[in-house]
Amino acid sequence: MGDVRNGIATRAGAMILAPVGWLANVFDAPLRMLQRRTGSNGMAVFFLAPNMLVFGIFVLFPLVINILYSMTGGGALFLGDRTFVGADQYGRLFSCGSYLDPKSCTEDLFWIAVWNTLAFVVLQVAMMVAVALVTALVLNRELRARSFWRAVFFFPVLLSPVVVGLIWRWILQRQGLLNLMVFEAGGTPVNWLVERNWAFTATIMVSVWAHVGFYALILLAGLQAIPKDLYEAAEMDGTRPLRVFWRITLPLLAPNLLVVLVLTLIRAVQIFDEVYVLTGGGPGTSTLFLTQYIYEVGFASMLRNPGLASAASILMGAVLVVLTLIQLGIARRNEQRGKMR
Amino acid sequence: MSRVAEFLFRRRGGAGWHWTDVFTWFWLIGGLIVMFGPALWLVNSSFKTPAALAEFPPTVLPYVTAEAIVEGYEEPLQLFEVRNDDGSVRVLAEVRRLGTVAQMVDPANPGEIIRVNIQNRTPKRSIAFALDNYVQPFLAFDFFLYLRNSVFVTVVATLITLLTNSMAAFALSKYNFRGRSAVMMLIVATLMVPLSVILVPLYSVISAMGLFNSLWGVILPTVATPTGVFMLRQYMLTIPDELIEAARMDKASEWQIYWRIILPLTAPALAVLAIFSVVWRWNDFLWPLIVLSRKEVYTLQVGLNTYAGELNVQWHYILAMTVVTMIPVVLVFIFLQRFITTGIAGSGLK
Repeated sequence: MGDVRNGIATRAGAMILAPVGWLANVFDAPLRMLQRRTGSNGMAVFFLAPNMLVFGIFVLFPLVINILYSMTGGGALFLGDRTFVGADQYGRLFSCGSYLDPKSCTEDLFWIAVWNTLAFVVLQVAMMVAVALVTALVLNRELRARSFWRAVFFFPVLLSPVVVGLIWRWILQRQGLLNLMVFEAGGTPVNWLVERNWAFTATIMVSVWAHVGFYALILLAGLQAIPKDLYEAAEMDGTRPLRVFWRITLPLLAPNLLVVLVLTLIRAVQIFDEVYVLTGGGPGTSTLFLTQYIYEVGFASMLRNPGLASAASILMGAVLVVLTLIQLGIARRNEQRGKMR
Repeated sequence: MSRVAEFLFRRRGGAGWHWTDVFTWFWLIGGLIVMFGPALWLVNSSFKTPAALAEFPPTVLPYVTAEAIVEGYEEPLQLFEVRNDDGSVRVLAEVRRLGTVAQMVDPANPGEIIRVNIQNRTPKRSIAFALDNYVQPFLAFDFFLYLRNSVFVTVVATLITLLTNSMAAFALSKYNFRGRSAVMMLIVATLMVPLSVILVPLYSVISAMGLFNSLWGVILPTVATPTGVFMLRQYMLTIPDELIEAARMDKASEWQIYWRIILPLTAPALAVLAIFSVVWRWNDFLWPLIVLSRKEVYTLQVGLNTYAGELNVQWHYILAMTVVTMIPVVLVFIFLQRFITTGIAGSGLK
């Protein structure tokens, strides 16, 4: 039986791969000619070319001209049609009576977005790391069907941000499931997404819900790398679980926790998709975050200002570069420590 | 009962319940409800009619109120179960309602109007799945088009990603050339440049290439994933160089070495990257939102967001289409989540 199934699988695989093999033969003759010119080592350039071309055109080139965009004004799209204004766009972003009071700024929306994002980052990252850590600790215990439970927490990670946003809009709406529970418990239903503070809380909760499984997995991998004999020794000494956690688990998990912390920071600064679908930045501007500000100024608003959008995106990019460098530094240190072990 | 309880709460080695055990199960069961519950509620709601969706408190099962066409009336009339004074129940259709009194007729005898106090009647309801929610968006709206666009973007972008990333990974793992570490540095650097930082200039590049409102404008900027190149390179480094040397002895061209030796041996890593790429591209939102402004080229995510953003949201269609959008990802979850979770644990990428 198994042989028959294998036979079918092999034949099916061969049928799917037939055009692939044909493709290889068609390309082989011209590429051999190329190879005769470049030598076998020179073919490396050929193999690198497609990827680097795409990188160059769609990542590096935009990155460089982004700086030029941020120094030009007007509504024109192409760089050649735009007028040079120097640092005016940055000046506009930073012209404020007081940075703590967005109303006193020329670009009040930018500062509203900055402060909203900052509050979001602090609260969401703290909550994300805490929930991910607890989940990882729970999943690291001796469980029956551990892979099932791991999958449970991982499920929302795969959902698209639009789906996540719509699922929660449906649950948080006035006649939704959450209000049903509040109603059954004897409370008064709340219009979750219309009330400012609740809407802001919802963006944090929903983004934690959507991504916590991913970070829990990273932490779980870290927990499983901690040598078991440490725990056995602690058990023989009759150490209490909390003490084991503070003295063994936490110090040894610190590198992974740091990675998760920085990763969540990087993602939280750029938060857009699910919040945009969930609240659209509202009510008012209470859930307007930086990426949405850039999107609206650059593409959506009636008074489009690409230069201003790029200046704001460069400021955000600077923050992200610093965070990413920290992350890479940590990753390298962890790697070296791993080698020493 | 106590036997069952004893069986359920029995612990290995006869040890008692520690508070950490209680907490573990609290967290797991709570997680099960919180993680799956919302999506299940959405699926459940997607089978309800607009009238059932507007009800509060909502019911768990999808009910529809029964209607009947009665002779002499143009519109179908809603059916009610009416309790008579003697306690018997009969089914009547409502003609109109005046305050607390409803004028009703017996469908079997439409000539005679019966006056009923509304306290003595309940709507007659039956369970029915509103499959129309799923059919109409495909017939009356452009959801079939959006679905096709999404499938096209996902499949083509994934194929190109696999090809270009594996070629680059091959060059970076099996050749020694000047500037190799510089190229690696460049790729690392692009990890720092998320899409949201280069939106404006990338949009101008796409427009200049004439790819605005084209699915290719969505596909091309996404295919050179640094994570993909990294992952494949790490894997290819484990393939012994002797294989390549032997193939060169046999006069195989470099292309043949790549296509016939390296690619088949990299299959497991390619499979993981393919799964990731499918999920990434299927779920992409911000970039398609910017590049695609005409309805004919919308992907599912953009189309769904547009319909959900309209003033008069037709939730019964939105819910059904959200379920449709979820299906491929749920399939990936059911069949391939083990690949993904081990892939993430191993490399820390998403």
